[in-house]
Amino acid sequence: MSGNLDYFGESHRIFRQSVARFVEREIKPYVDEWEEAGEFPRDLYQKAADVGFLGIGYPENLGGTEADLFHEVVLTEELTRSGSGGLAAGLMSLGIALPPILALGTEEQKERFIRPVLRGEKIASLGITEPGGGSDVASVRTRAVRDGDSYIVNGSKTMITSGCRADQVTLAVRTGEAGHRGISLLVVDTNSPGFTVSKKLRKMGWWASDTAELALQDVRVPVENRLGQEGSAFYGIMRNFQKERLYLTVMANTTAQMALEESLKYARLREAFGKPLTGFQVTRHKLVDMATMIEVSREFAYRMAAKIQAGENKVKEISMAKIFSADICDRVCHMAVQIHGGYGYMREYLVERLYRDSRILSIGGGTSEIMKEIISKIIL
Amino acid sequence: MKSLVCLKQVPDTETQIKVKPDGTGIVTDGIKYVINPYDEFSVEEALRLKEKFKAGEVVILTVGPDRCTEAIRTALAMGADRGIHVNDESLNDADPYSIAQVLAAAASQEGYDLIFCGHRAIDDDFGEVGAMLAELLQLPQVTLVTKLEIADDTQSAVVERDVEGGKEVIEVPLPCVLTSQKGLNEPRYASLPGIMKAKKKKIDKKTAADLGITSERKLAPTEYTMPPERKAGKKYEDMEPAEAAKIVVEALRSEAKVI
Ligand SMILES: Cc1cc2nc3c(=O)[nH]c(=O)nc-3n(C[C@H](O)[C@H](O)[C@H](O)COP(=O)(O)OP(=O)(O)OC[C@H]3O[C@@H](n4cnc5c(N)ncnc54)[C@H](O)[C@@H]3O)c2cc1C
Repeated sequence: MSGNLDYFGESHRIFRQSVARFVEREIKPYVDEWEEAGEFPRDLYQKAADVGFLGIGYPENLGGTEADLFHEVVLTEELTRSGSGGLAAGLMSLGIALPPILALGTEEQKERFIRPVLRGEKIASLGITEPGGGSDVASVRTRAVRDGDSYIVNGSKTMITSGCRADQVTLAVRTGEAGHRGISLLVVDTNSPGFTVSKKLRKMGWWASDTAELALQDVRVPVENRLGQEGSAFYGIMRNFQKERLYLTVMANTTAQMALEESLKYARLREAFGKPLTGFQVTRHKLVDMATMIEVSREFAYRMAAKIQAGENKVKEISMAKIFSADICDRVCHMAVQIHGGYGYMREYLVERLYRDSRILSIGGGTSEIMKEIISKIIL
Repeated sequence: MKSLVCLKQVPDTETQIKVKPDGTGIVTDGIKYVINPYDEFSVEEALRLKEKFKAGEVVILTVGPDRCTEAIRTALAMGADRGIHVNDESLNDADPYSIAQVLAAAASQEGYDLIFCGHRAIDDDFGEVGAMLAELLQLPQVTLVTKLEIADDTQSAVVERDVEGGKEVIEVPLPCVLTSQKGLNEPRYASLPGIMKAKKKKIDKKTAADLGITSERKLAPTEYTMPPERKAGKKYEDMEPAEAAKIVVEALRSEAKVI
């Protein structure tokens, strides 16, 4: 990739090479099989932990490795380059499940809930979305009622990434009044009686990640598993979204970049009416449009990451980046399939998967409409 | 067990190499550089020895321009202890003999139980440095090593090497020079903690003068050229397969002169 010199130094380049090689050896040879199977082997968490990928950005005293935001960008880019967004999302679901624990948890909770996940021994999920609604986080219905030293939890969650195999779920529950002040976060052990995976969901894309519907019936959760004060979780959840939105932005840009690369390769080789597709001006211009959109989107995302890294608050801009990059990814993938003709619709061609995987990016981690609500509150 | 690992930075195998218009070398702009793959086997083997004997040191020894620190740093990220980087204008584009001289001088200053080289570098493919280095230091050498077993008293090693169609097993006293071949091991990934720790590891910078040598090159390239472009193929269409086969065989014999 060109023009990254300002943001990526020597350690980033070495890290990129290391992740790329890991992806080349441990993931790529099997990724088609895992996509079809709807999951990847559990020991991949272990392998990724052993080389320190899972611990990226976490404190050393919890078994992590201090790193900057651009190391995280590198990891997201190179995992996405496996060609399976689902794999990246599933393997890194801890990236959304652990930050609230890090931000709100006590030292004892961090030790108990973070270390085993960074070691690759436990799988962690984040459980916010419910069948009744995802965007409106303040309306969470899953209820936790205090009973002595425990909460009794009843309700259901849906579309939970890594939820089918998770050992622990960072779960949003209602402990109090209606609205955002009544919400708490509990870390729930999925072996608890009454906790069931009611369904493994079948999806348009992200096939290699398992996505679950979860049912909780009288699940007893110790009070010591609550993160922070009762009723104080809403802002923790909202803060958490910032990182997730950056990851999704980077994923969108990388997915689009791969769609472009596949299209360039294909357009040079494929002939129609006696000349390669690149011989048609309409194709050349399409490729240029794709490249231009990606370049702009990527540079904006890097710039925002650099500002966040420098400690600036970029809620507005990162929300913009997410909308923009997801939209561009959809458009670029659409064009990529078009350039591939009928082959673009066939599973043997990577662009077919990229096209499907792209669609989630303007929905997960907050829809584009919700992003716009956030931005409008800031600029109006 | 103190191992010196001679490590070269080379263009990535996937790089499209272009020759400069004046034929004096290759165009280096935009090239992605990596550790010579055979040297990576050396790094891995040296690390395993240190782990096995729970003692010693792995020192990376590199000759080359500024960009080579990244290759050294990568080896440090894999777990090597420190690096020596001989960076001297007079050694850019040095021939194998000059490189061997520099390595010999640096190795003599440093001390060692074992010296590893790759059996060749994938860029210029000479495959000479390891052998020359052993000669200059008057050490025994085993080339094309695919397996290494160090005796418990660390005075000797049993080494397996590739020979045409099979393996040869040799016992060699230490210290010695070994050149690594594919199959020796599977190099580890540079882990993220390893990469962050490597930032603080020491790389000693040296010039030719620091080593008390002036390069005495024995070889000087006269010209670099690209291999000839492949000519477009010929199509034999619209005929019966048997007839086509006859014509193709005839063409291979009389035109292409390959059969
Ligand atoms: C593959 C996948 C993985 C996921 N992983 C997780 C996970 O790990 N954990 C988790 O908790 N959730 C997860 N989700 C859920 C995801 O976060 C939600 O789907 C998303 O937040 C939207 O919620 P919803 O589906 O309920 O849609 P709704 O909130 O019902 O929205 C429906 C439509 O209405 C629009 N809309 C809603 N409110 C407004 C408004 N105020 N103004 C304008 N338009 C509005 C939305 O933008 C959308 O277009 C995942 C989803 C998918 C598809």
